[in-house]
Amino acid sequence: MDNRIEVRGLSKAYHGRRLFTDINISVPDRSVFAVRGPNGSGKTTFLLILCGLIPATSGQVDLVLEGRSLTAAERRRQLGLVSTDLYLYDDLSAVENLEFFSAVRGLPFTLARARELLEFVGLQGRGRDYLGTFSSGMKQRLKYACALWHKPHVLILDEPTSHMDEKGAALVEKVIRGQRARGMVLMATNSPEELRYGDQTLSLA
Amino acid sequence: MIGQISLGIWMTAVVLASFLYIPAIPGFGATGETARIIVYHVPAAWIAVLAYLLATVNSVSYLLKGEAKLDRQAQVNAELGTLFCLLAAVTGAIWSRAAWGLYWNWDPRQTSIAVLLMIYAAYFVLRGAIADSDRRARLSAVYAILAFLTVPFLVFIVPRAFPSLHPDLGGIERVRVMSPQVLVVFLSSLVGFTGLYVWMYNIQMRCLSLLSKRVPVRGVRYE
Amino acid sequence: MGIKRFPWLSRALAVLRKDLQLEFRTRYAYSALVMFALTTLSTISFSLGGSMADTDVAAALLWMILFFSAMTGLARTFIQEEEAGTVLALKMAADPEPVFLGKYLFNTVLLFSLTVLIVPLYLLMSNLSVANVRGFLATVLLGVLGLAGAGTILAAIAARAAAKGSVMTVLSFPILLPLLISAISATSTAFAGGLPESMMTDLGLLFFYNGIVLAASFLLFEYVWNE
Repeated sequence: MDNRIEVRGLSKAYHGRRLFTDINISVPDRSVFAVRGPNGSGKTTFLLILCGLIPATSGQVDLVLEGRSLTAAERRRQLGLVSTDLYLYDDLSAVENLEFFSAVRGLPFTLARARELLEFVGLQGRGRDYLGTFSSGMKQRLKYACALWHKPHVLILDEPTSHMDEKGAALVEKVIRGQRARGMVLMATNSPEELRYGDQTLSLA
Repeated sequence: MIGQISLGIWMTAVVLASFLYIPAIPGFGATGETARIIVYHVPAAWIAVLAYLLATVNSVSYLLKGEAKLDRQAQVNAELGTLFCLLAAVTGAIWSRAAWGLYWNWDPRQTSIAVLLMIYAAYFVLRGAIADSDRRARLSAVYAILAFLTVPFLVFIVPRAFPSLHPDLGGIERVRVMSPQVLVVFLSSLVGFTGLYVWMYNIQMRCLSLLSKRVPVRGVRYE
Repeated sequence: MGIKRFPWLSRALAVLRKDLQLEFRTRYAYSALVMFALTTLSTISFSLGGSMADTDVAAALLWMILFFSAMTGLARTFIQEEEAGTVLALKMAADPEPVFLGKYLFNTVLLFSLTVLIVPLYLLMSNLSVANVRGFLATVLLGVLGLAGAGTILAAIAARAAAKGSVMTVLSFPILLPLLISAISATSTAFAGGLPESMMTDLGLLFFYNGIVLAASFLLFEYVWNE
């Protein structure tokens, strides 16, 4: 099956200041791609461009599934994003958050599946608590749940283990391994443990 | 160079003609002298509206194509449109005062010009509030289009609400007012105003184009 | 049948439901709206001595209250997303169309909740009797829908620009002016019991205004939403 991500000639500049220029990568299926670099080198920006949330200054991003290049809207549906800049709704419960994101994607929601996913990320029994009562580590776990709900082909992770304790890091490893078996992972990180998972690494300097 | 000089001479001729050549038009104010302002007021108003039309077209094109140049065009058209709109409003108020004693009475034409001015003002407030150039271009384009769509309603609504002091030069009125002399000077003024507009547009576009090509010097941030 | 044919509808309803849930729990927007409206209403009523004989003035003041209340309240739905940082998650999960529809419906519900409270209070405090009740209700309905319609996309623009309320009012006034003029005119006629023809024209204008603004907002929203 022809599944891959192609990035060709990607450049980004803000107000004339160049962040990165002419990036070319190819991410094959069932692999993990890591992006590393010092603070401000554009790791997060790079991921957000891949998500289609920010326009690139020039270049092209393609997600090819089953031989077909997806449109921007289709691509978004195949992506799951976990990032410290991504926030969920504090005044909704964990289950309500999942329910909302499921409904707004037009996907069916069942409480059983929600509970299953919450258990997977280690939030069992906390489904009805408001997100505002969660610690940052727990919020991060819920972000993983939301990112996995729609079974995306590609997981995009920005600093995956931030806010996470040891058990959290184990969850991240579980998620990355699981996703690697089914699809792709793109992650931005400087942590050596996380970089271990990368089949390919891009250094932004 | 030649263009500028010709334009200068042309407009000087128009100004002189508007005072010395045109006879006073009976029916406007006490002496009819006030009618001379028609040479300045009407072309300014037409150009203000035309400028907005152009800015809207530029905005639509920008949203469809995304070229920065189109946003610059929209901006320049809006800037010039604001200028001429102000001129039209002020000349209108002067005429209103001289002819009927009031500077402003919210008659339909004045309301329309005021609203156009408000749209321009809002457009620039919006532009001023956004730092990122792409976002600024996109959002101001959306606003310009939205505002443009609501303007026709005013054309239908406002005349019904208030009786108009504004002389409506249509039909018989026009024939009476626009004697050949007046017509000639008026049309010349229109041509002159258009020339002015085109000249200023070119200069502004060239300026903005050069500004957009600035190469950042190390340590200096440009917007 | 209906829901599946228009996937936007079920997704828009999801957005509406979420916003209603949030609003119900925090009451950020509604309380701001109500406080503003009540304060303005009390001030007006007090200053005019509790009785408004001039129907033109009464109509204008009512719509001024509704307009400025809308300005304080409508922007919330987008500014809240920006301030809480939830925009990113929403952008990843939702297309622009259901977001616009959902927020528009939410703003409609919000404004109607306010109207239901303020209008009877206004009539009471100004000792006004409405000669043409059906016309009045139709005017209020179309007027509020219009405020929500234009207000939603303008709120989105204002939130992207500076997340400040003052930008919203500056942007909204020229665009909402035709709506306000027609609504005030029709309301005045409804109070005084004037010519039905003039009211029909006003209502017609309000109806078309709503249609055009809603259609345009729907088409233009994706340019506001996407980067």
